[in-house]
Amino acid sequence: MNAHGIVHKYGDNVDTDVIIPARYLNTSDEKELASHCMCDIDETFHTKVKQGDIMVAGDNFGCGSSREHAPIAIKASGIDCVIAKSFARIFYRNAINIGLPILECEEAGNRIDDHDEIEIDFDLGKIYNRTKNETYQAEPFPDFIKEMMEQGGLLKSIAKGVK
Amino acid sequence: MGMTMTQKILAAHAGLNEVKAGQLIDAKLDLVLGNDITSPVAIKEFEKHAFASVFDKTKIAMVMDHFAPNKDIKAAQQCKTCRTFARGFDIDHFYDVGEMGIEHALLPEKGLVASGECIIGADSHTCTYGALGAFSTGVGSSDMAAGMAKGTCWFKVPSAIRFELKNALKEGVSGKDVILHIIGKIGVDGALYKSMEFGGEGLSSLTMDDRLTIANMAIEAGAKNGIFEVDDITVAYMKDRVKRPYQIYTPDKDAYETIMELDLSQIKPTVSFPHLPENTKTIDEIKEKIAIDQVVIGSCTNGRISDMRIAAEILKGKHVAKDVRTIIIPATQSIYKECIRLGYIDIFLDAGCIVSTPTCGPCLGGYMGILAENERCVATTNRNFVGRMGHITSEIYLASPATAAYSAIAGCIAGKGGM
Repeated sequence: MNAHGIVHKYGDNVDTDVIIPARYLNTSDEKELASHCMCDIDETFHTKVKQGDIMVAGDNFGCGSSREHAPIAIKASGIDCVIAKSFARIFYRNAINIGLPILECEEAGNRIDDHDEIEIDFDLGKIYNRTKNETYQAEPFPDFIKEMMEQGGLLKSIAKGVK
Repeated sequence: MGMTMTQKILAAHAGLNEVKAGQLIDAKLDLVLGNDITSPVAIKEFEKHAFASVFDKTKIAMVMDHFAPNKDIKAAQQCKTCRTFARGFDIDHFYDVGEMGIEHALLPEKGLVASGECIIGADSHTCTYGALGAFSTGVGSSDMAAGMAKGTCWFKVPSAIRFELKNALKEGVSGKDVILHIIGKIGVDGALYKSMEFGGEGLSSLTMDDRLTIANMAIEAGAKNGIFEVDDITVAYMKDRVKRPYQIYTPDKDAYETIMELDLSQIKPTVSFPHLPENTKTIDEIKEKIAIDQVVIGSCTNGRISDMRIAAEILKGKHVAKDVRTIIIPATQSIYKECIRLGYIDIFLDAGCIVSTPTCGPCLGGYMGILAENERCVATTNRNFVGRMGHITSEIYLASPATAAYSAIAGCIAGKGGM
């Protein structure tokens, strides 16, 4: 599994209230959620984001509310991967559960700038910054999580066994 | 290394004798919770994957509290989705307008959570139930859907920070000040992926409402869960509420990688400044006059009867400052009734406040008290992020019910002695 795209860079403690403000939580429609994604800290995000782009941030990305609408909105915006120095734990599991790849990497969070072009090899946890010609190493997913992601998320992976 | 309370509960629910921090486990659930915002997403997933039934209709709770009573047509549709699902699967604990309250005040009150249980909720403040000695954590809607179908949830076993409580709180200081003080010290990611476990000789000075408030905001320090040791106060609280057997777990002495001593007698009324809960100042450190436009007293953090009592005692015979819109929200129907019985509602209305039916409403910027550009609010809620209660330039100052009530009267952030 790989990703390749242009970076949208944000800072520390990006909370789920700015990823998708609660005033838009009266729907679970993915496209509608995507149209408001990041609007409270970056009004232009939904117009400039392209399919396959990558989001990079600092520490504690996705802190706050448990709303799965946050990773859903990011994924439906076209983002193929979120890289952060660290993630808030509910966001982390929500992203994995819905099949949005995320990587924790301190160096990538420090070095990558807005608009950099990035390539990711998820199996190896390698992040290549084509703009700066640098490589950063993240922990690859544990097997349990990799399998869940490959099956398309939590529900798909358990559906067969339970029905 | 021994096991923490959290690890013992997780081990028991995973059918293991022992678990270690970092281990991935699948644990059996005693309760799966959702609300009117998160349940529709879970229901959509549940239906998309065509699960034939729920794992146990007595172990699922759905509470219509965030945008209920329905704030608009879309919110009404979401509640309708939940209602239809709950009726379809004959869910026992479905709480709609007239019966509902703010979920994390309602579930302990109804006896639906107990010591030693393993609980997930598609709401980040599900960590509240750790006050009763349960392992309880916030998850997303996919986890809720999987939990409803299968009755289990995957967890990475957390390590823990132990808070060793000493002495007792001074008068006028409450659980909210304790948790804001802690978050101010360790930061909004100070307990990331970890449990916050509370115990020690100071425990006996904290009421159940104090403990519920403290556990409620463990998530604001990034914690997976907050949990209190069970004592006579916990057992007395569960006595008339919990009708089933429950387990009490105590931590091993060598279970903790970090132990923080907390002298409760040193904690002062504390306020979190915009736009992160870690931006704390004690009330006596605030030198400038910070004029306010609104006060909110309520939420899953501070909408319980003792919070109402504290506010009523301060507001009795007084009037809120001109132009300070003061919104009081008892968290459940029974708290609301108790407020009527004790005369608190008269006190609030005479003081120029409004009293709302239970709802999360303003806490997450839903409705019932949205802020305009550049407005400031002192709130007993739990988050002061950008845009949380309204316009992105508005400001939220998190505080205890006492500080909120004093501030409403003063028209600016104030403590007992005024500004």
